[in-house]
Amino acid sequence: MNKKSILAGLALALLTGTAANAGDVRVMWYSDGVEGEVMKDLVNRFMEENPGINVILDNVAYSVIKEQLPVQLEAGNGPDVARVTAIKDLAKHWLDLRPLVKDPAYWDENFGDKADWMRPDGSDQISGFMTQLTLTGGFANKTLFDQAGVEMPGPKATWEEWAAAAKKVADSQQVPYPMAIDRSGHRITAPMLSYGANYIGEDGKPAPLDQGAKDFLTKFVNWTEEGVFAKDVWVSAAGNTYRAAADDFINGQLAFYYSGSWQVANLATKIGNNFDWVATGSPCGPAACTGMPGGAALVAVKYTKNPKDVATFMDWMAQEDIVREFSERTLFLPAHKGVVEKGGLNFETENEQAKAALGTFVEASKSTSETALKLPAWRWADTVYAAIVTRIGQTLAGELPLEDAFARIDADIAQKVKDTGL
Amino acid sequence: MGAAARFIFRRRGSNGRGKGWHWTDIVTWVWLVCGLLIMFGPAVWLGFSSFKTPAALAEFPPTILPYVTQEVRVEGYDKPLALYEATLEGGGTRVLAEVRRIGIVSQMVDPNAPGEIIKVNIADRAPVRTMSFATENYTQPFVQFDFVQYLWNSVFVTVMATLITLVVNSMAAFALSKYEFRGRSVAMLIILATLMVPLSVIMVPLYSIISTIGLFNNLWGVILPTVATPTGVFILRQYMLTIPDELIDAARMDKASEWQIYWRIVLPLAAPALAVLAIFSVVWRWNDFLWPLIVLSRRELYTLQVGLSIYAGELNVQWHFILAMTVVTMIPVVLVFIFLQRFITTGIAGAGLK
Amino acid sequence: MTPIASSSPASNRRLGSILFVPVQFVMTLIDAPLRALQKLTGISGMAMFFLAPNMLIFGIFVLLPLAINFVYSMTGGTAFFLADRTFIGFDQYSRLFECGNYLDPLSCQEDAFWTAVGNTAWFVVLQVTLMILMALGTALILNRDLRARSFWRAVFFFPVLLSPVVVGLIWKWILQRQGLLNFALFEMGLEPHNWLTDRTWAFAAAVAVSIWAHMGFYALILLAGLQAIPKDLYEAAEMDGTKAARVFWRITLPLLAPNLLVVVVLALIKAVQVFDEVYVLTGGGPGTSTMFLTQYIYETGFASQLRNPGLAAAASILMGLVLVVLTLFQLGIGRRTEGKRKR
Repeated sequence: MNKKSILAGLALALLTGTAANAGDVRVMWYSDGVEGEVMKDLVNRFMEENPGINVILDNVAYSVIKEQLPVQLEAGNGPDVARVTAIKDLAKHWLDLRPLVKDPAYWDENFGDKADWMRPDGSDQISGFMTQLTLTGGFANKTLFDQAGVEMPGPKATWEEWAAAAKKVADSQQVPYPMAIDRSGHRITAPMLSYGANYIGEDGKPAPLDQGAKDFLTKFVNWTEEGVFAKDVWVSAAGNTYRAAADDFINGQLAFYYSGSWQVANLATKIGNNFDWVATGSPCGPAACTGMPGGAALVAVKYTKNPKDVATFMDWMAQEDIVREFSERTLFLPAHKGVVEKGGLNFETENEQAKAALGTFVEASKSTSETALKLPAWRWADTVYAAIVTRIGQTLAGELPLEDAFARIDADIAQKVKDTGL
Repeated sequence: MGAAARFIFRRRGSNGRGKGWHWTDIVTWVWLVCGLLIMFGPAVWLGFSSFKTPAALAEFPPTILPYVTQEVRVEGYDKPLALYEATLEGGGTRVLAEVRRIGIVSQMVDPNAPGEIIKVNIADRAPVRTMSFATENYTQPFVQFDFVQYLWNSVFVTVMATLITLVVNSMAAFALSKYEFRGRSVAMLIILATLMVPLSVIMVPLYSIISTIGLFNNLWGVILPTVATPTGVFILRQYMLTIPDELIDAARMDKASEWQIYWRIVLPLAAPALAVLAIFSVVWRWNDFLWPLIVLSRRELYTLQVGLSIYAGELNVQWHFILAMTVVTMIPVVLVFIFLQRFITTGIAGAGLK
Repeated sequence: MTPIASSSPASNRRLGSILFVPVQFVMTLIDAPLRALQKLTGISGMAMFFLAPNMLIFGIFVLLPLAINFVYSMTGGTAFFLADRTFIGFDQYSRLFECGNYLDPLSCQEDAFWTAVGNTAWFVVLQVTLMILMALGTALILNRDLRARSFWRAVFFFPVLLSPVVVGLIWKWILQRQGLLNFALFEMGLEPHNWLTDRTWAFAAAVAVSIWAHMGFYALILLAGLQAIPKDLYEAAEMDGTKAARVFWRITLPLLAPNLLVVVVLALIKAVQVFDEVYVLTGGGPGTSTMFLTQYIYETGFASQLRNPGLAAAASILMGLVLVVLTLFQLGIGRRTEGKRKR
């Protein structure tokens, strides 16, 4: 494009606002790794096969998806398709693809079990599909365990057992911290559920913190104070800002790291051959051994001017072999029932550790608890996560006694619910 | 101290009389050298770091220069092997290539005699490192990312915003410094009171204004809210107050119109202050991030700062690309500064002294 | 005095001719209708013409949002657009002010707000004082008889050119637990310290980094002031054998006062608004010890999952009031010193 055409375009845009050309499908997309590149490939292939449709892939920072997209949607703006994580919160803005797609039964069959995560309560809408599933879980530095001569706890080991083993390893190998968990409400919810917590009250609104939740949080705070859990990552921000402890694990500074399946590709490239690492699944609590599911979805937006083209695009993207290829190339866990059941995914990595880790996650997904499966479809989940991270972060920084933190968490959540006017 | 250094740090003591070192010379010397280290050092390190691989960036302890483990091709092995300096059991060290690692035991070979496998505990080996510049941090984004488009958008926003800022602010400053009229002090007061109202404070309403008038996803939506800077009006007005009124009165006698007075007399005389404002405006607009991020969500409209933020994902940030692109985006501002910097001191002198 | 010489009228004219040649034509074209306008309005009416474009843009994009913000602060709910919001009067303000003891943020309903207010107050006091002292020192040194002065000037000014995000990132990589500083300390045999997760050190780091990023700008303003002080004053003082310290207090400081005033005001305003670089550096942590007002407003109104634009607007109105008071206070001082000088 030369100067003139841009200027002319700008002038036109000034006059007409934001007009969409017929046949344009704008996709708002964020990337954690290579998936942007994979997506670009797929989009180009789609356009070759469907010459009438012009798909424009807008790569954005995740913060745009999280902060700006909701506002755009509320103003009736926004892209035609977006890759989103807050899929339930924004459900009222998604387009119902049911009357538009070629074969709704295919969608119900393969994506039906997660459809509730992204549609208004009580509807049978097809809003889109999960591009990937994630599951929280642990990673252990096997080399450190070997060097320390400590046996790694088995698949049904509890958080206490892992804490004790990791502590031994750290003490013998002079590692700064035995364990770390990401600063994220979603991550810490997994062990809380394993300790029997349930956030959802009888009326569907948030319940006050129960004994299970308090039990794990108390343990977690004590462990952090004793130096079993890394304090850095949790005190390194205010509010509910997300912080990952991945770099510490990559540098061999941690014996055990609790994060999730999305880290596999990252760990594989950055650790390389420096040490052996394994995925461990989620340690157990008294109530369960659950991880927290999650993921990102590709959804269609209601305000699109080309719903037909959007549906064609979504249909194409949701095909079994496309989903399979996307997963294999991005090392993401697929959410397509057909792909999962057939199995035999050939993840495109030479790293055997990564392959093994992905296998572990697929296995671990089977022990996900009922409550954990409900949370992604619960609209208050993020509110609860935010309150927990904010207040526990303050407690760990020494600003707020734990008892007060519990009270504040309940108060924060209640206030948010009240603000919403529901 | 060498002649060159003496040339740079002319001392007070040697100033004509050569009485040796005065304590202030030492303070000056220390301050300047520390300043050089602290002010420039981090940026230089940033430059070097932008050539590091993702693994090297995450590494502890961090290195100043980009290093990677040296690799050699050894007969009988398909892939290049990493070189390590291994401490052997009998004492003494040898440079060996690692074939594979099983748990905590590394199987190594001598690159010159690849027949025999030597087993070394991994605690007893250290990688042999060599400097290597990961230029793909630069080249890859250029391929993946519409660099030229983003650059054009950034230049467009920066140039337009700066030009409009200069014109609009200088006109207002001229009015506020050279005319007596009712409401002048009120206008001045409003401008001063809102001197740099932070964007985050008015972000929510500003966003709704922008989307109401259809400037959402439009470069003008980025440009317009930034051009009426109170700071610019303030700096220019203070400088214009130093321009003698006699000049203007004389021009009026010669039947010059007010517009002619503005652009033939006042503007040229205010050039140093305009240069200062130009530098600031360029730096501000070029570095603007939050506001363009909010207004622009279409690829073809991204500015460089927004464009490089796409490497910040939900769960991972691709720092190696961000660093490299940061260095690239820094270059134009530095050039503008070098070109206009001689005006800065005089321009600010006028603005401060009234 | 090279800088003065370099902007001699000759070079100004040169720059002028390069920049203004294409503009000249346009300007002359505009002149004819404007002469007509001038006939209609008279000379002083033209002031309005010059003022109008700036005030129009300023009105739409600064004043109007400020006014709307006030309306926002009287509404509740999480909706973003005013039309969808409900009027609730001063509830947001009373929520902000509901507090057991204002000195103990934890006794307040909106504890984060009061923590941010306290942090911001401390930050402003420390950062402004230290930065101005350092900027003054730098300016005094750069004003000495130095070779390659423009190089040194550039050294200290350089960080001003960096975007706040870059500033925050660079220093984060230096100060974090596994950062460059700890590595250097370790190499020197000293104990590494966890700078960014210790409440006191993290706050100090926030102050230091923001000084690093902005000091050059203020040093330059002061340097310009120093260079405008006539040399013969110093020469006369030296003839009289006046002590250096006395020269500083009696000549340098009083003559620098106007510049110092500008510096103090700009620095104060900038410090109250501190956000970007510290947000990148510490994220407001550890705990809430480097969370400042702007971050609170941004997170409450825009960034969090369940936004509360009304509460954010109320907080920003309060912050705006503080800024106005600060500026008016400066104006008052400015008037007084001006008056003194005239006498």
